[in-house]
Amino acid sequence: MSLAASLGDWLFGPFLDFGFMRRALVACLALALGSGPVGVFLVLRRMALIGDTMSHAVLPGAAVGFLIAGLSLPAMSLGGFIAGLAVALLSGLATRFTALEEDASFAAFFLISLALGVMIVSLHGNNVDLMHVLFGSILAVDDVSLVLVAAIATVSVLALALIYRPLVVECFDPGFLRAVGGRGGAVHLVFLVLVVLDMVAGFQALGTLMAVGLMMLPATAARFWARDVWGLVLAAVLVAMVSGFVGLVASYHGNLPSGPAIVLCAGVIHLASLVAGPHDSLVARRLRRRHLRA
Amino acid sequence: MGAAIIELDDVTLGYERHPAVHHLRGGFASGTLTAVVGPNGGGKSTLLKGVIGLLRPLSGRISVNGVDRRDIAYLPQQADIDPRFPISVLDTVLLGHWRRMGAFRPVTRAMRAAGAAALAAVGLEGFEARPIGSLSAGQRQRALFARVLVADSPVILLDEPFTAIDAKTTADLLALVLRWHGEGRTIVAVLHDHDQVRRYFPQTLLLAREAIGWGDTEAVLTPDNLRHVRAMSEAWDTEAPVCERGAA
Repeated sequence: MSLAASLGDWLFGPFLDFGFMRRALVACLALALGSGPVGVFLVLRRMALIGDTMSHAVLPGAAVGFLIAGLSLPAMSLGGFIAGLAVALLSGLATRFTALEEDASFAAFFLISLALGVMIVSLHGNNVDLMHVLFGSILAVDDVSLVLVAAIATVSVLALALIYRPLVVECFDPGFLRAVGGRGGAVHLVFLVLVVLDMVAGFQALGTLMAVGLMMLPATAARFWARDVWGLVLAAVLVAMVSGFVGLVASYHGNLPSGPAIVLCAGVIHLASLVAGPHDSLVARRLRRRHLRA
Repeated sequence: MGAAIIELDDVTLGYERHPAVHHLRGGFASGTLTAVVGPNGGGKSTLLKGVIGLLRPLSGRISVNGVDRRDIAYLPQQADIDPRFPISVLDTVLLGHWRRMGAFRPVTRAMRAAGAAALAAVGLEGFEARPIGSLSAGQRQRALFARVLVADSPVILLDEPFTAIDAKTTADLLALVLRWHGEGRTIVAVLHDHDQVRRYFPQTLLLAREAIGWGDTEAVLTPDNLRHVRAMSEAWDTEAPVCERGAA
């Protein structure tokens, strides 16, 4: 067998041979399509860490769903969605009606939520359950879960397309949007709902703890590949898709947990982009040190 | 002079019950070019925010006649744009078309052409594709003026448009303001430079929470009025009791 053929077999064989690998791959690609663009806007809105806090905030809901229905993505997703939305709304309301800043507000509510989640799981489950909830198990994706992930990705892409222009303006010049009568608050709310939705879609593949990984890392990596919003979105989706694919292959051959493998792949791409991406990376800045003629 | 396009009926505007504009009555007539001057904290910016509806009056009424309030072009003081946002100068200017394109309608070729023409009019030809963050403060203000130009609004509110801007840019942008005046638009500009106001702005509102004077500039910017404003701004009371005026 030639080298190319055996490399091809190594890369694609697992998906040709096993249905569960194919389903896992489709779930990852759908996830990339939904989460990538949302992550880009989180970075543009300087909300990267809020995405992270949200991933912890969904835990109690996911835990309750898990206890009721086992490792069922729909049940965990619904629970996580409700918990995440509650934290987002409570934080938003607290920011609006008290003196607390948005980040402090989010931090307070997500910590309460996280502690609640760990408490629920440790009271009623065992360590294996906790590992499942935290790290996911993509190799158990069934058809229902697959449809759910695909549906969420579809809704996410469509909704983002609908609010795209006001969302861009709300990030760039919120005062302008208010002055022309654009509903910045409503746009922000829809966006937060999409963040929570895409995060719960990542449960099965990546676990509650790392669902945010496939949202943020491709977006931060994209920063070094593109210079306009569309380019950032495309780059983020591509990075997320490649991470999903490579992560699954690595997890199959190395017998590694899929969630960390996928997120680590995205991490490696991020680090490589940081060092050598075409825009504003360490190398790009060094190469462009010689200035142009005035 | 035409009918008042913006009418202020006993308007009080403020933050957390502290009035910044107190019982203001009057109007900006259609086609007038008015400077709003007064001490810091005198309510100038607050008044503009009240007119475009960013701030609801604590009492009284602000009516805008013949124009949709959202169609008023408004350039805030130090616009809170994010300079690191990846958006081009041309796209920034095209936002001026908002009332024609809204959230969903496409940007037509004619809109693009208008945007490019506006950039040329403010001296930023060739800057279309540059990221907004690469512009200097003066160039950025030129771009924001181009956005106002594109909006093609009959009413234009400018909040300290020439603060921290170099002399050449100020002269260019002031010429644009005078051109808008010549086209019959109604313009209200918050300004600090009294000489500039005396030279170019026929109408003045001298605002120190209340209107100290409102009318022809030379009749408003008198030594007496300005002395009065200075005395007032030193005598402000932060522990003021509830105002009973107009409550009866």
